[in-house]
Amino acid sequence: MASTATPTLDAHRLRADFAVFEELLDGKPVAYLDSASSTQKPRQVLDRMRTFYEHEYANVHRGVYRLSERATEGFEGARRTVAGLLNAPSEREVIFTRSATEAINLVAYAWGLDNLGPGDVVVVTELEHHANFVPWQFIAQRTGASFRHIPIDDHGELQLDALDGLSREGNVKVVANNLVSNSLGTINPVETLAEWAHAQGAIMVVDAAQAAPHRVVDVQALGADFVAISSHKLCGPSGVGALWGRRELLEAMSPFNLGGEMIRSVGLDRTTFNDLPHKFEAGTPAIAEAVGFGAAIDYVNDVGLEAIERHEHLLVEQAMAALDEIPWIRVFGPPPERRAGIVSFDVEGIHPHDVAQILDWEGVAVRAGHHCTQPLMTRLGVAATTRASFYLYSLPEEIDRLVAGLHKVKASLG
Amino acid sequence: MSEFEQLYREVILDHYKAPRNHGLLEPADVVAEGQNPLCGDEVTVSVRFGEGDVIEDVGFEGRGCAISQAATSMLTDIVKGRTAQEVSTMPKDELLEEIGIPLTPVRLKCALLGLGVLKVALHRAKGTPLPEEWGTSAGEISLS
Repeated sequence: MASTATPTLDAHRLRADFAVFEELLDGKPVAYLDSASSTQKPRQVLDRMRTFYEHEYANVHRGVYRLSERATEGFEGARRTVAGLLNAPSEREVIFTRSATEAINLVAYAWGLDNLGPGDVVVVTELEHHANFVPWQFIAQRTGASFRHIPIDDHGELQLDALDGLSREGNVKVVANNLVSNSLGTINPVETLAEWAHAQGAIMVVDAAQAAPHRVVDVQALGADFVAISSHKLCGPSGVGALWGRRELLEAMSPFNLGGEMIRSVGLDRTTFNDLPHKFEAGTPAIAEAVGFGAAIDYVNDVGLEAIERHEHLLVEQAMAALDEIPWIRVFGPPPERRAGIVSFDVEGIHPHDVAQILDWEGVAVRAGHHCTQPLMTRLGVAATTRASFYLYSLPEEIDRLVAGLHKVKASLG
Repeated sequence: MSEFEQLYREVILDHYKAPRNHGLLEPADVVAEGQNPLCGDEVTVSVRFGEGDVIEDVGFEGRGCAISQAATSMLTDIVKGRTAQEVSTMPKDELLEEIGIPLTPVRLKCALLGLGVLKVALHRAKGTPLPEEWGTSAGEISLS
């Protein structure tokens, strides 16, 4: 903590941990610029999962035998690692889910159905990922609550002056926002929103799936009530995510999924539920995936989240400077200092699918589509965008390849 | 250029840049439109019939990716002079062979949008059967 040196990382060296970068397509290595969608996996994570399966595997929390104890220790160790990543006050507040999406659905159903009704207001944002939008829209409709959004300005940043108007529409009970926009890279003012939410008597639900892999996320500093993250966007396996929630809220909530593991005792007439976190973890969880998630967090922590953030910031500056020079490209979203490692853009007159297809022939992998943010696309006035996104293994020369590829796109279809 | 030819063959590019039968017919016997919400592709097809249910002329408008627009352009060339019944049972592979490049599932929806819209138009005008794959999948290719 005493060091003031700018943290750095050596992406060329880190790439040796990722076998996928040795793959050649048409004789070229892939410039993988779609990490916002899902990240590649380092050998350390794959090795840990293999070791776990070969030497420590059994079902968790069940057996009295030693192998089951090992498996439980691996699984619960991963929970402690997730708690550490988020600076959660207690690991008992960390619930393993299938994904960040399921984590948000858990809150929407288990908290929302019991706490929302007519006269209440659920507030989301115009740049929300569908994962933190659709569940709230649906639960608001089910309960009779109003569903409102915070609009964005032309730079893709939240218009907080809309908050006063929203607070006059009823009892604001939920504020849901992503810490980093998956489409635009906007870093949202979640601390400010959390303060406002609490002043309204609302809970603050943060989708940190796009933030936690790339920068320090401290649930206590954010002032959040629920935070959802995902493993596969953080060098870990797919199929597992986590929800952190404040203990008093989690304890007051009804269960979400019901079945084995989440019970204390089951009788013919009634069932009592297990303590946190198991109350919310019905059924056999994704055990090895959770262990892999923990290994991925260890890997990312070893690289250093501040170094990752800095590395991606330099890449974003490079990409935006290069794209700004091209008159037929329009970049969406805020300036580099207020965005994470994501650059969404429009190539004038050429559909993003065509852009992505031609870039693919150049070995440049980007995402083209609505990025699960259709309300945002409507606001931007486009059906889709092309999106390049970066991670700890991304290289400046991959951005050069992106830019060269875009000139080919223009020459071919423009 | 060689890689370009490999996937978006010259002919697709040509149809995209200079679409055949572009513009809606005035007058038309039937008009139908459809969207692929995932991509934002839009196609409107208008048809005029000659004797019986022979497609005498067909015109289209639309916007979207190169595949969706080029495929619809190619389709209009293929179907002119055929009967509504023939086109309603035309296998999609006939169009896909014309397009000629491998398509991922996402792009397949782009390529087949125009054919779906045309079959809806024929259904409305002549009562020909709707293809099952477009009859109920309103969430994927929505036709109006």
